[in-house]
Amino acid sequence: MLIRRFLNRGMLAIHNISKVFNPDTPDEVRALEGIDLTLDEGSWVVVIGTNGSGKSTLLNAVAGTFPVDSGEIYLDNHDVTHWPEHRRARLIGRVFQNPFSGTAPNMFIAENFALAARRGLTRGLGWALRRDLMNELRERIGQMNLGLENRLDNAIGSLSGGERQALTLLMATWLRPRLLLLDEHTAALDPKNADLVIRLTKEIISAEKLTTLMVTHSMHQAANLGDRLIMMHRGRMIADFSDMEKRRLRVNDLLAYFEDVRRREQLDPTAAEMLRRTFV
Amino acid sequence: MTLLIGALTMGLILSLLALGVFISFRVFDFPDITADGSITFGAAVAAILIVKGTNPALATMAGFVAGFLAGMVTGLLHTKFKINKLLSGILVMIALYSVNLHVMGKSNVPLLSETTLATYGGDAATAILGGITSVNMLGWDVYVRDASTLISAFITIGLVGGILYLFFRTNLGTAMRATGDNPQMIRALGVNVDVMIILGLALSNGLIGLSGALLAQYQGFADVQMGIGMIVLGLASVIIGETLVGSGHLGLTIVGVAMGSVLFRLLVAIALLWGLNPNDLKLITAAFVFVALILPNLLGKLKRRRSSVRRHLGTDFMTLRHKGTKI
Repeated sequence: MLIRRFLNRGMLAIHNISKVFNPDTPDEVRALEGIDLTLDEGSWVVVIGTNGSGKSTLLNAVAGTFPVDSGEIYLDNHDVTHWPEHRRARLIGRVFQNPFSGTAPNMFIAENFALAARRGLTRGLGWALRRDLMNELRERIGQMNLGLENRLDNAIGSLSGGERQALTLLMATWLRPRLLLLDEHTAALDPKNADLVIRLTKEIISAEKLTTLMVTHSMHQAANLGDRLIMMHRGRMIADFSDMEKRRLRVNDLLAYFEDVRRREQLDPTAAEMLRRTFV
Repeated sequence: MTLLIGALTMGLILSLLALGVFISFRVFDFPDITADGSITFGAAVAAILIVKGTNPALATMAGFVAGFLAGMVTGLLHTKFKINKLLSGILVMIALYSVNLHVMGKSNVPLLSETTLATYGGDAATAILGGITSVNMLGWDVYVRDASTLISAFITIGLVGGILYLFFRTNLGTAMRATGDNPQMIRALGVNVDVMIILGLALSNGLIGLSGALLAQYQGFADVQMGIGMIVLGLASVIIGETLVGSGHLGLTIVGVAMGSVLFRLLVAIALLWGLNPNDLKLITAAFVFVALILPNLLGKLKRRRSSVRRHLGTDFMTLRHKGTKI
C-alpha cells in the first residue's frame, strides 16, 4: 500500500474501481467495471460517453456520493476510498448538472459564498458575513461582469439558471480545490448561458491551474476543451486521447467513433442469433 | 385586564415553543413531534429541581438541557438508524411520557408554594415600586405581580430571540439553515448533514424544553399531560407569524413567529371569553391549522381559474371585434 502511494504521483489516482447498483435484482446496473485513471496535477480531463455509460457515476464515485464496491481512490496522496462525501469536500470543488443543486435558494448570494468560503473547514460561532469577505465578494463577483455585485443580499434562488451556475462555479473554486469536478455543468443551460459558463470555466481553471475532471454531453466541448479526452461506454473506458491526439480530433471524428461503437454493439446480438440458428 | 395580561404572558412563554417548531418544521423541514414530550420534559425537570431547592434560574436552564437531549435522541434515531422523521419523533415523544413520570415521581408537581422565577420578578417589582401591589395601567388596575411577570417574560423572550437570530448568522448557524435549504449543496461544501440535523433538533427541542420550564413556573405546576397537542399549537403560531410578516427575512420571521404565538393566545382568550367550550380548544386549533395549510393552495387555484375565465372572455371579445361586430 505504501509503495503504491509513492508510485501514484498524480493528483487523482483511481485503481480498478467497480460499482453495481441494485445487485442481484432485475434492475441490476453494472455502472463501473474496473476503471483505472490517473490525473496529473494541473491537467484537465474531459469525459464523454453515451447515455448510461457511467461517466457521471465515475464523477460521483470520486466525490464520494456512494461507496465503491471494489478498488481504491487516491486524492492528493490521501487514500479517500472510505472517506464520507463531506470529508472529501475538503479537497474537491463540485459543480452539478442541475443549476439548482449547487446553491441554497432561499439564502442570500453572500451567505452562499460565506458557506463556500469555509468548505472543509470547521464552522464555529464566527460571524458568517464578515466585512473582509464581503469586500472580496464584491470584487471577485464584479470581475464576472454579471452585475450581481450589488445584489449580494438577494436570495440566490431569484437568479437565472445561468447566473446560478456561474456563481456555483465561483463558489466551488473560492477556496482553491485540489480537484475540480464538473458534472455536465452546462447541460441544463441555454446556448448563451452555456457559453458564458464555459468561458468562466476556462478562465478560472487556467488562472488557478486547477486539476479538473469534467463530464460533458457535448461533442463540441469534448473536442475543444481540456488536455485529455476519455470515452466511456457501458461502465468501461473505451478510448483515451492524449493532448497531442486530441488536438487533431474534430467533432465529426468523435461522432464517427461513437457510431462505430454502436454498430459493433448492434452486430453482437445478431451475430449471436445467427450462430444460434446455425448450430442449435 | 388580568385575562389579557395572562394571555399575553402565556403567548410570550409559548413563543419559545413556536420558535422551536419553526426551527424543526421550517428551517430543517423536519416534522418533529418530539415537542409534545420535550415541553413536558423541560417542565418536569425544572419543577422537580425547584421543589428540591435548586435556584429557579438554574432549574430553568436544566429544562433547556433536558429538551436539548431529547432532540438529540430524535436526531440520532433519524440520522444514524435511518428511522423515518415522523416515527423518530413519535418514538421519543412516547418514551418521554414514562421518563417524565419517573422524573416527577407522580403525574403532577405543584409549584404554588415554591420560589420560582415568577416570584423573583414579582418581588423585584414590588421592591422597586415600594410595596404597592397594584398599579394603574391605561386606566385599569393591574397587579404588580402580573405586570412584572409579563415584563420579565417579554425580556426573556426578547433575549432568546435575539441570541437565536445572531446564532443563525454565524458560520455554524448559516450551515444549519443551508442544511434545510439544500442538503446536497452543503454536503458538497464539507458539512456533515447528520451532525447538523442532530444539533438543529437539539436546539429546537432545547427551546421547547425552556418554554416548558417557564410555563410550569408561570402556571404553578408541571403535569404529565401538559404537552398534548403542543406541536399543533406551535405550528399554528408559526403559520400566523408567517402570514403576518412573510418568510423573506430571518430576523422578521423570528419576531413574527413570537407575535404569532401571542396573537394565537389572545384569540384563544377571546374565544373562551365568548363562551367557547374549553374541551373544543384542541379540535378548533387542529381545524385552524388544517385551514391554514390548505388555504394558499385553494387561493392559488381560485386565482388561476379567474384569470383563465378572463382570458376566455378576452378572446371572445377580440374575435368579435376582429369580425367588425359592434359590441
